[in-house]
Amino acid sequence: MNGAADLGGMMGFGPVIGEPEDEYFHADWERRALAITLAVSAVGAWSIDAGRHARESLPPAEYLSSTYYEIWIKALERLLLDTGLVEADELAQRRSLRPGVPVNRTLSATAVPAVLAAGTRYDRPVDVPARFAVGDRVRTRNMHPTGHTRLPRYARGKVGVIERVHGAHVLPDTNAHGAGEHPQWLYAVLFDARELWGDAAEAGLTITIDAWESYLEPRPAG
Amino acid sequence: MADDGGMAARVDALESILIEKGYVEPAALDVIVETYERDVGPRNGAKVVARSWTDPAYRERLRHDATSAIAELGFSGRGGEHMVALENSPELHHLVVCTLCSCYPWPVLGLPPTWYKSPAYRSRAVIDPRGVLADFGVTLPDSTRIAVHDSTSEVRYLVVPMRPVGTEGWAEDQLAALVTRDSMIGTGLPRIP
Repeated sequence: MNGAADLGGMMGFGPVIGEPEDEYFHADWERRALAITLAVSAVGAWSIDAGRHARESLPPAEYLSSTYYEIWIKALERLLLDTGLVEADELAQRRSLRPGVPVNRTLSATAVPAVLAAGTRYDRPVDVPARFAVGDRVRTRNMHPTGHTRLPRYARGKVGVIERVHGAHVLPDTNAHGAGEHPQWLYAVLFDARELWGDAAEAGLTITIDAWESYLEPRPAG
Repeated sequence: MADDGGMAARVDALESILIEKGYVEPAALDVIVETYERDVGPRNGAKVVARSWTDPAYRERLRHDATSAIAELGFSGRGGEHMVALENSPELHHLVVCTLCSCYPWPVLGLPPTWYKSPAYRSRAVIDPRGVLADFGVTLPDSTRIAVHDSTSEVRYLVVPMRPVGTEGWAEDQLAALVTRDSMIGTGLPRIP
């Protein structure tokens, strides 16, 4: 979707302010925000892609005026409501009013290190060969889906070169909406900055994105 | 915090609801925070970089299968299931961003810093990376090309900075101390001995 999260190439946000390496949180509630988000996602009620879509679906003015952990919490509330794990009156009254619904699993303290160290792989076996090979010239599609996609606006309808074939991965565009994993070949696609940003762009600068096969079409000859 | 917009109370209430309903275990929350505040951070990535500087065979494995090479040192999992290492050279400097959200290689760098998640960084890294580097006080020679990598999939990128000159014969842990977090994102350079 063309939401506020798709920030590449926007201007006017000011300088980037660095931060010491050991400064992870700026308030204790941020620690709790991280912890509850990770712990309740282990219940398995939504995918990583649905989580990202909930965040990018915040109204643009709200997204841009929220800190990152605020965005997480607002999206988490949305996901809990959408999946029925928590109901609106409970959020409004800020307390549980009824027992929890049955869930597949919960994350125990003893399991945390192993679960985090295991992660979740997103590559999948597919029985079709990759359509593109390293060095192929491709054009990204000019598409503006209302749902989730990982093709940034700045890289739509642009000609690039396949730099790397990552394997076949879960397709976020469907998985975010509970419409299946539909794994597709995933590629790193390299663009000359001038293709993306015009003639004033720095010579030699390149930008690479990861793009699923359905984001790409062969570059027409000529 | 002077003004958190009511977030502390909001998160507190949410946490209570989730615990009461049996979806999360209070002790698990503490372990998650401890893990990312104490155990999993950029010192992990620094070990990977230092090993690649001292062990040519390891460097080769890191080039070809970064996920496995990083796992050799004990680092794996959430946010780093599919790793790619990007080696800097005098000709080419890599810079990693996630313009769409905040994708970041957690097992090797830990939680992302605030700036990595900020609109300022996410908007500008892809169109004006030299300007972003200037914000960090980094100036590269004009002859060094910049390659920006926008993390738009579950693949995560780790920049392997160049080994500083004058470190010949240094031990791995001495070298690791030179490797900063920002140098593994591409917004910084290793410390000069």
